[in-house]
Amino acid sequence: MSDLLLKMEGITKRFPGVLALDNVDFDVYEGEVHVLLGENGAGKSTLIKILSGAYEKDSGKITIEGKTVEIVNPHHAQDLGISTIYQEFNLVPYLTVSENIFLGREPIKGKIVKRVNKEIMKAHAKKLLLDLGVDIDTGIPVYRLGVADQQMVEITKALSMKARVCIMDEPTAALSANEIEELFRVIKRLKKERVGVIYISHRLEEIPLIGDRITVLRDGKNIGTVSAKETRMDSLIQMMVGRKIAEVSYHKERSIGEELLKVKDLSRKDGLNNINFIIRKGEVVGLAGLVGSGRTELARAIFGAEPFDEGKVYVSGQLVEIKSPQDAVAQRIAYLPEDRKLDGLVLVRSVQENITLPSLKRISHKGFIGRNIIRKSAKEYVTKLIIKTPSLEQMTMYLSGGNQQKVVIAKWLCSQSDIFLFDEPTRGIDVGAKAEIRNLIRELASQGAGVLMISSDLSEIIQICDRILVMYQGTICGEFSGEDASQEKILECALMGKVVRG
Amino acid sequence: MKKGANKDTELLELSKSIVTNRILINKIKQGLQKYGIIIIFFFVFLIISISTPHFLTKRNIINILRQVSMVGIIGCGMTFVILLAEIDLSVGSMASLVGVIAAFLQVVKGANTFIAITFAIIVTFTFGIVMGLIITKVKVHSFVVTLGVLSIAKAVALIISKGHPISGLERPFRFIGGGMAGPIPIPFILFIMIAILSYLILTFTIFGKYIFAIGGNIETSRLSGIPVDRTKILVFGISGLMAGISGIILAARINSGQSIAGEGLLFEAITAVVIGGTSLFGGVGSIGGTVIGVFLLGIIRNGLNLIGVSPFWQKVFNGALILLVVVLDRMRRRIRVY
Repeated sequence: MSDLLLKMEGITKRFPGVLALDNVDFDVYEGEVHVLLGENGAGKSTLIKILSGAYEKDSGKITIEGKTVEIVNPHHAQDLGISTIYQEFNLVPYLTVSENIFLGREPIKGKIVKRVNKEIMKAHAKKLLLDLGVDIDTGIPVYRLGVADQQMVEITKALSMKARVCIMDEPTAALSANEIEELFRVIKRLKKERVGVIYISHRLEEIPLIGDRITVLRDGKNIGTVSAKETRMDSLIQMMVGRKIAEVSYHKERSIGEELLKVKDLSRKDGLNNINFIIRKGEVVGLAGLVGSGRTELARAIFGAEPFDEGKVYVSGQLVEIKSPQDAVAQRIAYLPEDRKLDGLVLVRSVQENITLPSLKRISHKGFIGRNIIRKSAKEYVTKLIIKTPSLEQMTMYLSGGNQQKVVIAKWLCSQSDIFLFDEPTRGIDVGAKAEIRNLIRELASQGAGVLMISSDLSEIIQICDRILVMYQGTICGEFSGEDASQEKILECALMGKVVRG
Repeated sequence: MKKGANKDTELLELSKSIVTNRILINKIKQGLQKYGIIIIFFFVFLIISISTPHFLTKRNIINILRQVSMVGIIGCGMTFVILLAEIDLSVGSMASLVGVIAAFLQVVKGANTFIAITFAIIVTFTFGIVMGLIITKVKVHSFVVTLGVLSIAKAVALIISKGHPISGLERPFRFIGGGMAGPIPIPFILFIMIAILSYLILTFTIFGKYIFAIGGNIETSRLSGIPVDRTKILVFGISGLMAGISGIILAARINSGQSIAGEGLLFEAITAVVIGGTSLFGGVGSIGGTVIGVFLLGIIRNGLNLIGVSPFWQKVFNGALILLVVVLDRMRRRIRVY
């Protein structure tokens, strides 16, 4: 076995009223991927932030390559060889790839007037990227790169700082299937360089593919460290939640009614091509495809957020004109965006105000609205969806990810929508809440709503959808019924754009 | 088995205590944010009352009430604008313009008071609507648009007045600025009526709710089917309207239309709104806060005058005050977001 790189012993961290970490042990060996698992609030981020110098620990000991260290700030952590790649990247959008990699450490030329030696910098950057087997032009500004490439630049930057421990926080959250493969290849490369990787992810199915060991945190405690290859997924989930969740099986016998939404020959110049489909009452239709295949664009086009150029949309058989979200809401269409915080909630306003937002016009009396009406309308859905909030007046920014998502759903239930367009509804929320959201979506359908659900989680799509549409480069390239869909078939279709009859 | 059950109840208790703790901390925080300004107000009030005997005289108080009314009315409009996370820099020169137009119509063209005032206010309301249209439809930042209108309104006022005050208003006009209803000055009554109306609009109409939502997150609001553009345009119209009303009072008080009369109003209105707890980042704030902010600013200025601080130094003081408040707002936001 290789050498011990990092050892954290008895780490404790207390916030006012919360014991975030309780005597946690954690270690990383050279050339190892150590996965850190746990529901939201289990203490993963706190542990990572202590390691990267963002937080100070209350007690405990950190040893790096045998030397005890006190990490005082993020810069110090970098000097010690600890690099963190956060979900939100820390790149400067308008600087080039090579400038970003060497930001603050640019090679200098000239004796009297010191200036950046761009040639050397470019050459270094190129070599680093080549070493990783990544093909990115070092001269283009970072904002023009896709998410996956930006992540590669971050990793390269970490390597260029001679990182010994590389922390990756949900690195696959925004990546498509083939980008994930590419990332895993790079991680394996890092392992060869004897770098220790701490890997945080909500996607359980990818862990056996990349992880060596898994440590599960729950309520700030280390529940146990197990081998990634030999541990079954259900026992991991059990460790995470502390209780056994029965695998939810959704009845496939459903009463599917008449047509609710029909999209005919919909096109938009920048990437939607001749799209046709229908959603019926009581039906959950999945929309699979790689990131960038046009799934979100399609949902936003139907909703009027970015109107389409050509095509027709029918609601309950009636041709409707949707030029703005206002028109869509009037047709009882709901869109639940992927980024809840950015597009789904007004974080500085209360739970009740958020829930009633799209319904204000309906529940008001000629534009006037009393506090009681708002409270009553919101309360109904807080109870119905079991939204955990200390009060209806609580600002939504203080809720957990799962509860925030429920507020967004409550918004559209309150506005009595019939057609729900979900964009990655379970991304970034913890396992327990995921199951709840899925149940909710099924329940919506069973009460007569029509649901279009975009998801990158194929097992989720297969689990809860009646039909699955697959998008490829702006067109719908395949359709499967829920019964005979398999992850392989869908993935093949999404990757190749082949029409495979399910 | 039994041990497990014990642990569960323990955990439950722990999570309960955490939640109640958090609620308590939030309540204290929110309480301080809400009522901190009132405490400061009484503190300042007390200090000024002790340090000068002229402060609590009837004449001085009436003077203060008149003074705060003009800032206050503009401040109500500005609260709407800042709640939207926008800014309206044109209010000061609009107030001057209104006075000049009304005085010109009355003194030069011989129009009666009602017509002169109505026409002048319609002009600023229209200016506001046009600014709103440019901001929403052409998508130019309100800072730039209202800065442009600031300059235009000022220039139009100069053109009409040829740079001289237009004096000699009729009595009913002057009454708006100098009149009393019993012991209370007319401008103050107007201010309070407008403040109450603004409060009711923000609290009990969907238009008000839209303002908070749009200021808090414009994209979420758009995706929730809210008429974002219409709301914004109307708010700028309201801001113009308030600047107009304030400008009429100003002209009535100084018995003339002057092209530079309203210059100080912009700065004071923004300061009052921000001191009153309305966030420059939008979505959070209240009319009540603005009213207290206006009073606080009013008594500070009055107090400094009475104590004999030079007006030059007063400007330094006012500037420092707004910087302090903006820094506090920024810090408050940082704590909230992270």
